[in-house]
Amino acid sequence: MNVQSAFAACKAEGRAALVGYLPAGFPTVADSIAAIDTMIDSGVDIVEIGMPYTDPVMDGPAIQRAAQQALDNGFRTKDLFEVLDAVSGRVPILVMTYWNLVERYGVRRFGHDLAGCGGAGLITPDLIPEEAQEWMAVSDGYDLDRVFLVAPSSTDARLRSTCEASRGFVYAQSIMGVTGVRAGTSSAAPELVRRTREVTDLPIGVGLGVRDGAQAAEVGAFADAVIVGSAFINCLLDTDSATGGKKLAALTSDLAAGVRSGRD
Amino acid sequence: MTHGEQTPAIGGPDSTGHWGRFGGRFVPEALIAALEELDEAHRSATADKAFQAEFDRMLREYANCPSPLYQASRLSESAGADIWLKREDLNHTGAHKIRNVLGQALLAKKMGKKRVIAETGAGQHGVAAATAATYLGLECTVYMGEEDTQRQSLNVARMHMLGAEVVPVTTGSRTLKDAMNEALREWVASVDHTHYLIGSVGGPHPFPALVRDYCRGIGDEARAQILDRIGRLPDHVVACVGGGSNAMGIFTAFLDDDVALHGYEAGGDGYETGRHAATITAGEVGVLHGARTFVLQDEDGQTIASHSISAGLDYPGVGPEHAHLADIGRATYQPVTDAEAMDAMRTLAAKEGIICAIESAHAVAGALRLAKDAPGTTILVNLSGRGDKDMGTAAAYFGLAEGNAQ
Repeated sequence: MNVQSAFAACKAEGRAALVGYLPAGFPTVADSIAAIDTMIDSGVDIVEIGMPYTDPVMDGPAIQRAAQQALDNGFRTKDLFEVLDAVSGRVPILVMTYWNLVERYGVRRFGHDLAGCGGAGLITPDLIPEEAQEWMAVSDGYDLDRVFLVAPSSTDARLRSTCEASRGFVYAQSIMGVTGVRAGTSSAAPELVRRTREVTDLPIGVGLGVRDGAQAAEVGAFADAVIVGSAFINCLLDTDSATGGKKLAALTSDLAAGVRSGRD
Repeated sequence: MTHGEQTPAIGGPDSTGHWGRFGGRFVPEALIAALEELDEAHRSATADKAFQAEFDRMLREYANCPSPLYQASRLSESAGADIWLKREDLNHTGAHKIRNVLGQALLAKKMGKKRVIAETGAGQHGVAAATAATYLGLECTVYMGEEDTQRQSLNVARMHMLGAEVVPVTTGSRTLKDAMNEALREWVASVDHTHYLIGSVGGPHPFPALVRDYCRGIGDEARAQILDRIGRLPDHVVACVGGGSNAMGIFTAFLDDDVALHGYEAGGDGYETGRHAATITAGEVGVLHGARTFVLQDEDGQTIASHSISAGLDYPGVGPEHAHLADIGRATYQPVTDAEAMDAMRTLAAKEGIICAIESAHAVAGALRLAKDAPGTTILVNLSGRGDKDMGTAAAYFGLAEGNAQ
């Protein structure tokens, strides 16, 4: 199931898609499956499953802590496919991963197994198109989405070449900084989305900084997708799974309402 | 010798920052513009006679370069080979690192940056970066693993004295690799006014080439010096390798010569124990800190913590140009254990009255091993740093504070 259908459905409703991120294996494999199910039940349109990694240079404290907990609890790459198997089928599921984990697994094998578990594709925060020849071929072969990032610092030429290499949607990193909730959304985001729209017809998702329905509405007014990660993780950090699940459901509902009110 | 008259760096990388299958840029898109700007500034500075003259002046007047080439006669006599030491230990701040930090800080200033950030393990690169920043009037923030800030409180004090801010890193394994992660994270947010003054020949393009180019004076000087002294090139050139800046700095001048190049990695407790930092010997090809290189990693690609008695070699990656030189067989890399390195440190002190850094002692140990395998040959050793910083470790290791230590 690729993301194209989800974006089409949201567009038909006149709203942005809500994309929710959670790491696989956080805090345990079973807990992560339950949490992703909760997010889907409560209104996310697309799920991003993160791959815990020892050196997540793009991520702020919340995702770092979650990844470390998953690794401390024994997370292995094979567990990703168990999670995918368990949660795929209802909404498109993308995997967000640092590149070394894919390369180590074998790019072709990763593509094969991802497609086999019903995964939609990959978001690759530290892989730029220039280094992605093998992934381009594999994703073409298995009909997988490949979501590259653009940033406020990207030149017009790079915006164009990155969008040309992308499939599914384009991830607009709206803040020059790492992931994490912020008091306000980025003033750079609308401008980056505007510049990106000039060079592509692909949907544009905005990530980094959204923490509640009001911010989701604000971002959903100009972006095709609102991407939320750290705020979801914060629901599950330092709490028991029952309480965390309730917080997660409430936040997802709030964000889902937010994207539905963004263009009123 | 003037650095302005150097030929372009031998052996790459290609225009996309690769040496064969190694190198490249595996970083967030947000950093690409800054890396492009840095690459352009580096190319322009390399061709700029005024920049090179200023760098050369700083090296001569401030850093005490060129460093001497010293024939270690008593060590040679006992080892059975002709051993020469490139005395980078006599540079300002006590190591080869001053060359890299002065070059990068000057480049940062030329680019209009007001501030530098750096990562440091035990604090040596942090002290050097703080020194260069102060010298050129730049602000400086150093990221350092929290454990290291406690173990290396003297270096923290030095950095503070030099006006730098030291940020303890509490994430991950709280070591050098995590300090590097944190520096990269900060750089994404501050890239418009801040230069990331990276400490070795790792990281995304153009860092590996840029750091090599600022360190290559080591080899250029040593090559001229040994030709002047003995009328020919050495048979072997030897250096320790953590990230690999001192080794690349000396190897570069000899890449096209019929000279054997040897890198000695940190073998820690022994290769077979798994507690080491012998990245080329034991690592697998992977991506770490922005480049494809050899990485100590598990079967999933998660980074494995490295170990060495020498903090400066305690890194689970290695510069991509070293990975390439190993790949094509132009240089050989072997591990040297903690015990071998400490013995070599003591031997050098006993024979020559030189207390070298434990990092450099790995190179000395390699040279002594080489002397046994190839007696009578001429061996040039990059003595990359002095041992003052390591006396606490050495005193504990040898029981030197306990009276008549044996």
